[in-house]
Amino acid sequence: MIKLKTALTTVALAGSIAAVSSPAMARDTISIVGSSTVYPFATVVAERFGRDTDFPTPKLESTGSGGGLKLFCEGVGTQHPDITNASRRMKKSEFDNCQANGVKDITEVRIGADGIVMANSKEAPKMDLSLEQIFLALAKEVPDPDGGDKLVANPYENWNEIDSSLPDMEISVMGPPPTSGTRDAFVELAMEGGCKEFEMIADMDGDQFETVCHSMREDGPFIEAGENDNLIVQRLTRDEETVGIFGYSFLMENSGQIQAATINGVEPTPENISSDKYPVARSLWFYIKHDHVGVVPGIQEYVAEFTSEGTWGDNGYLGDVGLIPLPREERMEIAKRAKDLEPMTGNEL
Amino acid sequence: MSNQSSQAEIVRNSLKRRYRKERRFRLYGILAIFLALGSLFVLFADIINKGHSGFVKTTVSLEINLDSEMMYLDDPTDKDQVSQADFVAPVIASLQEYFPDVESEAEIKQLGRLLGNYAASEIRDLLRDNPDLLDTTQTIDFLAHDRVSTYVKHADNPSYSIKLSEKQQEWVDELVEQGVISTSFNDVLFSRGDSREPANAGILGAIMGSLFTMLVTLVISFPVGIAAAVYLEEFAPQNKFTDFIEVNINNLAAVPSIIFGLLGLAVFINLFGMPRSVPLVGGMVLALMTLPTIIISSRAAIKSVPPSIREAAEGVGASKMQVVMHHVIPLAMPGMLTGSIIGMAQALGETAPLLLIGMVAFIVDVPEGFVDSATVLPVQVYLWASASEQGFVELASAGIMVLLTFMISMNALAIWLRKRLERRW
Repeated sequence: MIKLKTALTTVALAGSIAAVSSPAMARDTISIVGSSTVYPFATVVAERFGRDTDFPTPKLESTGSGGGLKLFCEGVGTQHPDITNASRRMKKSEFDNCQANGVKDITEVRIGADGIVMANSKEAPKMDLSLEQIFLALAKEVPDPDGGDKLVANPYENWNEIDSSLPDMEISVMGPPPTSGTRDAFVELAMEGGCKEFEMIADMDGDQFETVCHSMREDGPFIEAGENDNLIVQRLTRDEETVGIFGYSFLMENSGQIQAATINGVEPTPENISSDKYPVARSLWFYIKHDHVGVVPGIQEYVAEFTSEGTWGDNGYLGDVGLIPLPREERMEIAKRAKDLEPMTGNEL
Repeated sequence: MSNQSSQAEIVRNSLKRRYRKERRFRLYGILAIFLALGSLFVLFADIINKGHSGFVKTTVSLEINLDSEMMYLDDPTDKDQVSQADFVAPVIASLQEYFPDVESEAEIKQLGRLLGNYAASEIRDLLRDNPDLLDTTQTIDFLAHDRVSTYVKHADNPSYSIKLSEKQQEWVDELVEQGVISTSFNDVLFSRGDSREPANAGILGAIMGSLFTMLVTLVISFPVGIAAAVYLEEFAPQNKFTDFIEVNINNLAAVPSIIFGLLGLAVFINLFGMPRSVPLVGGMVLALMTLPTIIISSRAAIKSVPPSIREAAEGVGASKMQVVMHHVIPLAMPGMLTGSIIGMAQALGETAPLLLIGMVAFIVDVPEGFVDSATVLPVQVYLWASASEQGFVELASAGIMVLLTFMISMNALAIWLRKRLERRW
């Protein structure tokens, strides 16, 4: 009988717990979702923010840029996130989705740049690649090397088959899997950039163009590594023939053992990346939901912390983790707009 | 006659072969056990080998002169002053006493990098809590920078790369010799939440998160599971409908756990508007996942209660309800408990369903209740394993060791309960 009573009490207890969490429940922790590329930067800011202020430390989920924007645009209310990070700009369709769900006012903050590098071991010859050569080395189908205007399965096995100026080295490139934002950016910037150089492909219609330009080869020379860029770096130091694709911060962390290839003759340095001279560079962003400002405490203070010189400036602590700062004037302007919570109109996209 | 002897001959001849066959069969069995034990041993050895250093922290113990002028601070309780104060200066000054010849700006910066990123906030918090300490000299134990820690602990391990400059290495060697830098048991690991700095990262947040989540799971799945099992086994009529339910419960036990996560997202979060990333929702999702396991094992336990007990109880005039409550459930309890604990241990190691309801997240503050943002042990291990800083490698393995300790103790509890409460008929 006693056991029955305990069982009944536990059920009652469960019920009362469920009752506590009514939908209207206020939340006092900032909830941030979004890109896994921005995650390492945003977590550092969040932790500092939690330590240096009286607000609780924001909660961060790494959902990918697209996943983050989807959650962000689902609606207003504390069960939805307050801020989303993205390693690409919000798309027009995503903005419209936000509007349709009642997320009207959004402020966009560009936080800095990130370059994607192709690097190999310092023991191996330094590469000087063009976007065109990258496309020829890694695409699934390439224009027939014997001429003619048809596409053939990628026949290249060795870098010097593509161009005699490249080293006599087997093509072996390790890169991120399709779930990664780095992969998206690489495909969009490097592969598509190189692919456009071929007239016959550039003339194709939209869908076909995309299929040709965005398909990475699957016959061995391109190896999909996991999301763990550390593994790629370790592999490069052991295997001189392998070239790796990853974010600039990993190059910086391991500059003792690996060297980056120049792309279209440009070195991936912080200056070249932030000024967009380096062709495989992208900006990083986050988006603020206005309706949550003042409802969830600390959002404006968090944004202020993120956009302060000590954080994202030339000597800021985000630089130590690999963020490439924007030029000072631009930073100042963005910081001011973020402070005033200037809403997006939708036309800038 | 000759026929019979030839029969015996055949048997004799084949006997050897049959014995050989049996010996071979036994050998296969032994090999299989060795293979399983061997891989378990290799796995444990690897985890312990990588993870044991996670239980060691590197501290830099410095005499800090909390000089008000140096910090531009004369009232540590005044917030405006605190935000403008320089808490790094006294640390640098203290380090410079060991290396008086360090003067250039760049070298001073390098010297400061020997300490973790939060040395300044440690001084700030100390002064905020004890304003009287201003203008006194205190010995403070700071956590060393991740790179210093890696150097001190793994200088001769080739799988770690040392990222200190040669100058910094010299300094560290000197400080180790003088006893300023030392290693001790990593109490930080068990007293804090997650951090982006390996030295500051702790697993307490994840332990509390797991605890709250498991509590919700237990409170929901145990009574519901047992009620379902008792009804199905003792009261339900045998018809097509109950057969259908039974088949579905068995199917549910085999559904991949991520599906329960999707269900949780759609129903609890989107429909009921419950918050993301909280143990309450996590526990409810895991409860759904654990229910079939508990129902199936509880039904088996109820079935194993001999019919003679029921008949005897009914014989002395007990009602159906009394038979079940006074005799069947108490006797089946050990089996039900064992099944529940094993189900819970399974839920403790689950990450996939939690991904969708937002419990795979960077959470620094240690959760204090069922509706605080939280993560759980296996998720913490996953987050550490995918971080780029080297210090997280050993923490991930240390986290696995903590998780395994919990699992093994839960399983041990299940075995103990069974041994203690089991009745044989």
